[in-house]
Amino acid sequence: MQPPTVPVENFIILSAVLFIMGILGVLVRRNAIMIFMSVELMLNASNLALVAFARQWGDMGGQMTVFFVISIAAAEVAVGLALIVAIFKTKKTIDIDELNTLKG
Amino acid sequence: MIDQAALNLGAALPATLLAFGAAILFVLDISIPQERKARTAWLAAVGVVVSLVISLLQINQQETAFFGAFRADSFTSVANIAALITALVGVIGAKDYLERAKIQRGEYYPLLLMTAAGAMFMAAANDLVIVLIALELLSIPLYVMVGFRRPEPRSEEGAMKYFLLGAFSSGFMVYGIALVYGAAGSTNFTEIFERVRFGELLSPALMLIGIGLIFVSLGFKVAAVPFHLWTPDVYQGAPTPVTAYMSVAAKVGGFAALLRLLTVAIPTFVVGDLVIEPNQTLIVHAAWQDLVAVIAALTMLLGNFVAIVQKDLKRMLAYSSIAHAGYILMAVAAAGSFTVVANDFGDTTVTLTIAQEALQGALIYLLAYAFTNVGAFAVVMCVEREDGSGTEINNIAGLGQINPLLGGAMTVFMLSLVGIPLTGGFVGKWFVFLSSVNAGLTLLALIGVLTSVVSAFYYLRIIVKMWFETGDFAPFAPRMLLLAIGFCVGGTVIVGVLPPVVTNLVQYVTAAALR
Repeated sequence: MQPPTVPVENFIILSAVLFIMGILGVLVRRNAIMIFMSVELMLNASNLALVAFARQWGDMGGQMTVFFVISIAAAEVAVGLALIVAIFKTKKTIDIDELNTLKG
Repeated sequence: MIDQAALNLGAALPATLLAFGAAILFVLDISIPQERKARTAWLAAVGVVVSLVISLLQINQQETAFFGAFRADSFTSVANIAALITALVGVIGAKDYLERAKIQRGEYYPLLLMTAAGAMFMAAANDLVIVLIALELLSIPLYVMVGFRRPEPRSEEGAMKYFLLGAFSSGFMVYGIALVYGAAGSTNFTEIFERVRFGELLSPALMLIGIGLIFVSLGFKVAAVPFHLWTPDVYQGAPTPVTAYMSVAAKVGGFAALLRLLTVAIPTFVVGDLVIEPNQTLIVHAAWQDLVAVIAALTMLLGNFVAIVQKDLKRMLAYSSIAHAGYILMAVAAAGSFTVVANDFGDTTVTLTIAQEALQGALIYLLAYAFTNVGAFAVVMCVEREDGSGTEINNIAGLGQINPLLGGAMTVFMLSLVGIPLTGGFVGKWFVFLSSVNAGLTLLALIGVLTSVVSAFYYLRIIVKMWFETGDFAPFAPRMLLLAIGFCVGGTVIVGVLPPVVTNLVQYVTAAALR
C-alpha cells in the first residue's frame, strides 16, 4: 500500500509562514547577525517551496535550483560576516541603529 | 557527453570571458607588488576592451547558449556594450583616484569585472536561475566595493546597509522564483511563455505573487520607490568611482533582466479570460502593467522632489538616479501593452509592437544614462578632496572658471540629465515618453514631462554654481580621469546628435529580441 502523501498546499503554507517570519525578523531585529539569520530563513523557506513544487510537477529543475540557492547563501555569508567583523572593529557594535553617520 | 552545440560557449563569449578573466586576475594580482597595482588596472582595462570588441562584433547574433538558459542576441549585445562602457570608465577613472585615496588595493579591478559579468549575464538571462545567479554575481562584489574605503566609517556603514538590504531583496527574489516555478512548472522564460499562452498555469494567483516578489527584488537593485531607501546612504558612503560605476551597472543589469522577464516570459499574462469580438482590434494591458506604472510614477515624483533639497552632490545625484530609474520604469510599464487582432472567425493573433518600441526606448535611455551619469560622478571625483570629503554642492562653485574643461563637461552632463535637446538624455526621454503614450499610459507620460521640468531646477543650479560663483580649489585632474570624462562627453553628445544612427541600431536590435 502506498503511504499517504502530504498535499503540496501544506508545504507551501509552511514555507509562506517561514518566509513571513523571516521578513518580520529582518524588520524587527536590530542586531546585524540576527537580521542576517532572518534572511537565511527566507532563503530556506524558498528552498522548501522549490522542492515541494518540484515534486508536484515531477520535474528535477526545482531541486537543482535549491543547490544554486544554497551556494549563493554560502557566498553571501562569506561576504556578510566579513563586513560585520569589519564594522565591529571600527564601531565596537553591530546594532544597526548605531549606523547613522550618513544622513541628508 | 556534453552537447557542444547546445552549450554554444562562443555565443556567450563576452560575459564568460570577463568572468573567467576576473578569476584569473585575482590570482595574477597576488604577484603584482603593491606599488605597481596600476598594472592590475591596465590588465582589467584590456579585458574590458576585448569583451567590448567581441560584443560589437556579435551585434547581429541570434543564438542561445547554455542549453537555452542564455540568450545571446542583439539585445544582450547592446546591454553588454552599456555595461562594458561603464566598466571601462570605472576602471581607468578609478586608477588614480584609488592611488590618491591610499586604497589602491588590487582586488578592486577583478571585483569590478565580476560585477560587469553579472550585469551581462542578467541581460542575457532566459531562465530564472540565471537571473538569480547573475544578480548575486552583480551584487556580492558590489557590497565589498562599497566598503572599499575601509576602515572609514561612512564607507563601511554604506556597505553594511547595502549588504543587509541586498540580501533581504535576494530573499524576495528566491521566493518569487519558487512561486513562478510552482505556477508554471519551469524556470525557463520560453517555457513559461508557452504555459501562460495556453493557460496551463497551476494557479494564476501564484504567478502574480511570484512576479510581484521578483519585481520587489529587482526594484531594490534599480532603486525604485518604495525600495530606494538605501540609495542615498550607499551612494554617499561608497568611494566615488564605485558610486559612478554602480549607479549605472546595477541599473543596466536590473532593468535588462526585468525587461527580459516581462517581455519574453510573461508579456501576455492577463488574469481572467479575454473577451473579443470577430474583426476587432484591442489593446490589452498585461496584469503587471498597473503595478509597474504606479511605481514608475512614484519613483519619478519622489526622486525629483527630494533631489531639490539635497546639499551633497553625491546624495543629489543619488536621488537623481532614483528619478531616472522612474523614467526607465515608464518604458517597462509601456511594454505591458499588446495588440490582439481577431479575424472573421474570432481567431486571435497577438502582436507585440508596442512592447518592441518600449524596449527600444529603454535601451536608448540606458545607453544615454550610462554615459551621462558615469561622467557626472567622474567630475565629482575631480572636485572631491583626498579624504573623500568636499562633495557638497557648494564645493563645486567656480569650477567653470578654475577648469573650463571640467566645468564644460559637467554642464553637458547636467543638460543631458535634464533632457535638453542635442544631448543623449533628450533622445532617451523622447523615446520613453513616446512609447508610454503609444501604450495608452498618457497620465504617466504627463507625470514624466512635469517632473522633468522640476528636475531642471536642481540640475541647472549646479551649472549656475559652476559658472557664476567663485571658488578656490585645485581640482584633481589626472590624465586618465580626464580621458574618461571626455569619453563620456563624446558618448552623451553622439547619442544626442545622431539619434538616427543610434535608433536604427536599437530598432533593429529590439525587433530581433522579440522575434
